[in-house]
Amino acid sequence: MQELINRLKELIADGTVVRAIGWKKGDMPYNPEPAYFEKPEDFDDFVYDGFCGANLSKMMIEASKLEGKTAVCLKPCDTYSFNQLIREHRVVRENAYIIGVACRGKLDIEKARKEGIKGIKSVTGIDIEGDGEVVFDTIYGEKKMAYSDLMLDRCHVCKGKDHVIFDEVIGESKDTDDADRFEEVRKIEKMTPEERFAFFKSELSKCIRCNACRNVCPACSCRKCVFDGTKFDSQQKANVDSFEEKMFHIIRAFHVAGRCTDCGECSRVCPEGIPLHLFNRKFIKDIDDFYGEFQAGKDPEAQSPLTDFTFDDLEPKDAVGRGE
Amino acid sequence: MSMNEEKKEFRPLIVAFCCNWCSYAGADLAGSSRLSYPADVKIIRVPCSGRVNPMFILRAFERGADGVIICGCHPGDCHYSTGNYYARRRMALLFSMLEYMGIENGRTRVEWCSAAEGAKFSKTMNEFCEKVKSLGENVRLGDLRCKN
Amino acid sequence: MQKIGVFVCHCGTNIAATVDVKKVVELVRYEPGVVFADDYMYMCSEAGQEKIIEAIKEYGLTGLVICSCSPRMHEKTFRACAEKAGLNPYMVEVANIREQCSWIHKDKEEATKKAVILARAAIAKVNLNTPLQEGESPVTKRALVIGGGIAGIQTALDIADAGYEVDIVEKEPSIGGRMSQFDKTFPTLDCASCILTPKMVEVNQHPNITLYTYSEVEKVSGYVGNFDVDIRKKARSVDFGKCTGCGECQTKGPLGKIGNIPSEFDRGLKNRPAIYMPFAQAVPAVPVIDRENCTYFKTGKCGVCAKICPSKAVDYEQQDEIVTVKYGAIVVATGFDIINLDKYGEYAYNECPDVITSIELERLMNAAGPTGGHLERMSDHKAPKEIVFIQCVGSRCDDDKGKPYCSKVCCMYTAKHAMLIKDHWPDTNITVFYIDVRTPGKNFDEFYRRAVEQYHVNYIKGQVGKVKPQPDGSIIVQAADLLDGKQINKKCDMVVLAAAIEPNPGVRKIATMLTASIDNNNFLTEAHAKLRPVESPTAGIFLSGMAQGPKDIPETVSQAGAAAVKVVGLLAKDKLKTNPCTAQCDTLLCNGCSTCANVCPYGAITYEDVQVNDHGLRETRRVAQVNVALCQGCGACTSACPSGAMDLQGFSNRQITTEVDAICR
Repeated sequence: MQELINRLKELIADGTVVRAIGWKKGDMPYNPEPAYFEKPEDFDDFVYDGFCGANLSKMMIEASKLEGKTAVCLKPCDTYSFNQLIREHRVVRENAYIIGVACRGKLDIEKARKEGIKGIKSVTGIDIEGDGEVVFDTIYGEKKMAYSDLMLDRCHVCKGKDHVIFDEVIGESKDTDDADRFEEVRKIEKMTPEERFAFFKSELSKCIRCNACRNVCPACSCRKCVFDGTKFDSQQKANVDSFEEKMFHIIRAFHVAGRCTDCGECSRVCPEGIPLHLFNRKFIKDIDDFYGEFQAGKDPEAQSPLTDFTFDDLEPKDAVGRGE
Repeated sequence: MSMNEEKKEFRPLIVAFCCNWCSYAGADLAGSSRLSYPADVKIIRVPCSGRVNPMFILRAFERGADGVIICGCHPGDCHYSTGNYYARRRMALLFSMLEYMGIENGRTRVEWCSAAEGAKFSKTMNEFCEKVKSLGENVRLGDLRCKN
Repeated sequence: MQKIGVFVCHCGTNIAATVDVKKVVELVRYEPGVVFADDYMYMCSEAGQEKIIEAIKEYGLTGLVICSCSPRMHEKTFRACAEKAGLNPYMVEVANIREQCSWIHKDKEEATKKAVILARAAIAKVNLNTPLQEGESPVTKRALVIGGGIAGIQTALDIADAGYEVDIVEKEPSIGGRMSQFDKTFPTLDCASCILTPKMVEVNQHPNITLYTYSEVEKVSGYVGNFDVDIRKKARSVDFGKCTGCGECQTKGPLGKIGNIPSEFDRGLKNRPAIYMPFAQAVPAVPVIDRENCTYFKTGKCGVCAKICPSKAVDYEQQDEIVTVKYGAIVVATGFDIINLDKYGEYAYNECPDVITSIELERLMNAAGPTGGHLERMSDHKAPKEIVFIQCVGSRCDDDKGKPYCSKVCCMYTAKHAMLIKDHWPDTNITVFYIDVRTPGKNFDEFYRRAVEQYHVNYIKGQVGKVKPQPDGSIIVQAADLLDGKQINKKCDMVVLAAAIEPNPGVRKIATMLTASIDNNNFLTEAHAKLRPVESPTAGIFLSGMAQGPKDIPETVSQAGAAAVKVVGLLAKDKLKTNPCTAQCDTLLCNGCSTCANVCPYGAITYEDVQVNDHGLRETRRVAQVNVALCQGCGACTSACPSGAMDLQGFSNRQITTEVDAICR
C-alpha cells in the first residue's frame, strides 16, 4: 500500500497527473470509500486493502472531463469495465493514468456477520501483501476467518489476475477463481418454472428502488435513465407500481446485456442483498451459448453481441423451452 | 351451470407487433382472404421488427396482456436489410430471460411472416391464441404487478 | 390538447356488416381529445373526403383518426385530404377495422368491441402526434462510377447520354476491366474486344465523361445528392498533355519489347517493361511507369524512356494528386477476380505450368495474347491434344476453403472454350468434369448442347480428386464418374480450371467508405433482393456488375443500364424530399456510446462534439446526429439506445407505449 501511495504522490508531484482516485478510510475498518486525492495530506486517509472492492472505473466518466490527467486505481476486473467505457466513448483514455493495483480477492463483511462476528474494532490480515488469515478484534474478543472464506462470491469466479488495460501495475495479483461462474444460473435453470418464479418473486419483492445498483454499475452510465425520463412514460411515480420494479431490473439487465463485464458491483451494493448479478449472468450465459463466448471489456474493438448478428442466428423459439 | 361456465370462458389479451412491410401486409392479406383468427389479437403497426423495444413488451405485460407476439419479415427479407436480425437476437435473449424468471414461454413468440403469407399469419395467430388460452390468465406477471 | 375528429367508414357492408359502426362512433366520442365523431358509407370517396375537410374546418381539428381499411391502402389518400384542409398530413392515423377486424371476425359484438379498441389505440396515438415536415436537400448533378470495366463503362455511357456529367475512377492504367482480357464471348462467339473497344473509345470521347485512370477513391463524405469524394490520381510519370501514345517508350526501352515484369493483363503469361500500357487498345493510350519495378526509380540510373520519348512526355518528378469532387450519386462497379488457388494443392496449379485457369486460357487463345492466339502448353510450347476442364474449382463449396455460391459464368465459358478449341484444332479431345451444367439464359442451353452434340465434347459428371503431373510431361486427372460409378484416371496434356470468381478484393475498403453494406462473400448488398436490385441500402449508392453478385456480360450490361436509370432518376431531381418519419436524437439524453450507429443500416448516424446546456450545465458532449437525408426510419437505433435518447418520429416510444396501454386498458 505504501508503494502505491508513494507512487501516486510522485505522479502528482511530477505533474503527470493532477489528482488520483482511490479509496479512503471509512468510519469502520471494513467500509473504505472511493475518494479523490490531490494534496499530499489527502493521502493520510488513503487505504487499499481487502475491503476495497469498489470498482472505480465509473468515476472516470466525470474525472476524465476535468482539466488535467487523473490517476485511477483499477483492480484487474475493473479494467474490463474501463475498456468497455472506452468503447462507448464515456471516458477519455488520454485523460486517465491507470494504475493496475494488485488483487487477491476482495472481502465481504456480510460473510463475517453470517459467522456471528460483530462489534468489530479493528481487522488485520486484510492488507494486500498479506495472505491466509483475517483476524477481527471485536468487543467480544478476537475472531478469525480464512481469507478465502471471507471473499465476495464474485471473487470465486474471478476473470483473472491480469489487467487488460493499464499504464503501470503495482504489486502482484492472484487468481482466486475456484468456482463455476454459471453454476448459480444453471441451478435456477434446472428448477421448475414455479420454483423459478417463486425465487425471483421473493428476491425482487425486496427491492426498494434505491437505485444503488444503477448508480454503481459502470455499464449503467446513462446521463439520464429511461426510468427517470418521459420517453416511455415509465418515469418513477410517487406511488410506484411494483411491476415497474420488476420491469426495471429486467430492462436494466437488458440494457447492459453484451456490455456488462460481470464485475458484480450491483449485488455487492444492494442493501437488500438481492442477487442482481443473476440477471446479468443469465444474459452472459445465453450470449455465450447462442452467439459464442464473449467477454465485454476484454477487447475494446469487439462488436457487442447485441449490435451484431449472423445470418443463421438462433431463432427465439429455440432460445426458450430448452430445458423442457 | 354449464351456461355460466361458457360465459366465463377465458379470452386472452394478445398484443401483436407487426412490421409494416411484411407481417402487417400479411395480416392484411389474411383479412382480404377472410382467414379468421380470434379477435383477442390486436395489432400494433411498427416500421420494422427491429423497432420493437423490449420496453414495449414488458409494458404490455405490465398492463395486462396475456401474450405478446412479434412478427417481422423473414431473415434476409427485411425492408431495412438488417432490422430483423437485431430483433432476433434481442427477442431470443429477452424471452429466455422471461422464461428464466418463471414466466411461461408460451406467452411470448416471434414469427417471421411475409406479405404473401396471409394463411401463415392466420394460422400463427390461431395457434398462439390457443396456446395462451391454455396457459390461462397471466397470473405470474400479474402477480408481479402488485406486491405480495 | 389535440382536437381529434374520428371518422368511421362503413366500406359499404365490408365493415358495417360485422362492425356496428354507429356504436363505434358513440363509444369513441368521449375518448380524450375527441371533439367530433361521425360515420360515412365510403370515407375514401370524394364525398367522404369532403366530410372530413368540412369537419376539420368547422371544428378546427388538429388530428384525424380514420377507422377504415388498412393504412397500406388509403393512408396516403387521407393524408392528402388533411393537407387539402390545411392540416399537417402526419396528424392522421388509420385504425384498420376492415382487414384486421370486420373481414376476419364473424361475431358482430366481438368485432365491434375490437374496432373500438383499435380506434382507441389510434386516438391515443394521434394525441401524441406532432406535425412533421418533409425535408429537402439539394442534388449535385454529377455521378461517380467506381470501376471502369464493362459494368462501369455501360453505366457511365448511359448516364452521360442522358445528359449528366459522370466521372469514372479506375485503378488500373486503362479502362476495359476483365472483359478486355477475354477472347470471345458466349453465346454468340463474337470477339470481346470488337464489342468492347468501341465503347471504351466512346467513353474517352464523350463530352460528359471524365476519366480518372490509375486513380483510386480515397475518401467519401456526405450523403445522397451531396457526396464529397477525394480521388487520388496516382503519378503516372507520363505527361498526359504531351504523350501521343506512340508506344516508342515501351518498345525501345532497356529490355526492348520483352520486359521483365509479369504482365497483369496477360495474367503473368508474358512480361512487360516498367513503362507500359496494359494492352494495345488501352484507353487512355498513355503509358504509366510502374515505379516499383522501374530501374530509374530503384537506382536513379537509366532514364532511357525519357530520352527516347519523341514528345518529351516522361516526367519522373510527377506527384500523386488528390482532387475533391462533388457528386449526387455513386455507382460501385468494382467487378471481380478469380480466387487465389494456393489452397487447392490437389489441382497442382502452382506446381505445373500446364494447369491453367480459364482466364489464362482466354489470353492464350487471344490473337493479341502472349502466344499470338496459338494454343500451346506453357511448359514445352507444344499444342495440347488432350485437354481436361475442371468445373467448380472453389465454387459451390460447403467448406471454408472455397465459396458457397455458384460463379454462374463457368459452365458457359467452358462450353465456349471447348467449341473454340475444336473449331481451330479439331483433333483435340476435350473432357469436362462437372457437378452440374447450369445453362439458364437466352440461347444458353442451345449453346451448351451444341458443344455436346455437334462438337462431341466429353462431359463427365464427377468431381476431380487429384491432378497429377507426370515426369513425361503428361498429366493424370483422377476423378470419379458419378453416373457410371467408376474411377477414372484421365491422361491429358493440359488442365483448365474454372476457378471461382470473387468480388474485387478492394471492394471492402470502398464499401466501408461508402457505408454500403456487404455480405459474407464481399458482394455488395442490394436495398431489396427482388425489388431494388441495383441500389444499395445506403441512399445514393448504386450497384453495377459483378460487385453485386456473379453475372455474365449480358446481365452486367442490363444491370449497368438499370443502375444508370436509377442514377438519372436521382440526378433529374432538383431537390430530394426526405421522409419525415426519421430518427431523432435528444441531445441532452445521448450518452455518445455509438451503439445506435453500430446498428444503423444506412450510415445515417454520426457523432459530433456539440455544446449543450443541460439545465444550466454547459459542456461539450459527443452526441449522435441523424442525417435525415439518409435515415429511412426503420427505428433499429431506437431499440438499441439504452437511454431512450433516440426516438423515431411518427412511431415514437411514447406513441407505441400509449397504443399498448390503449389496447391493454
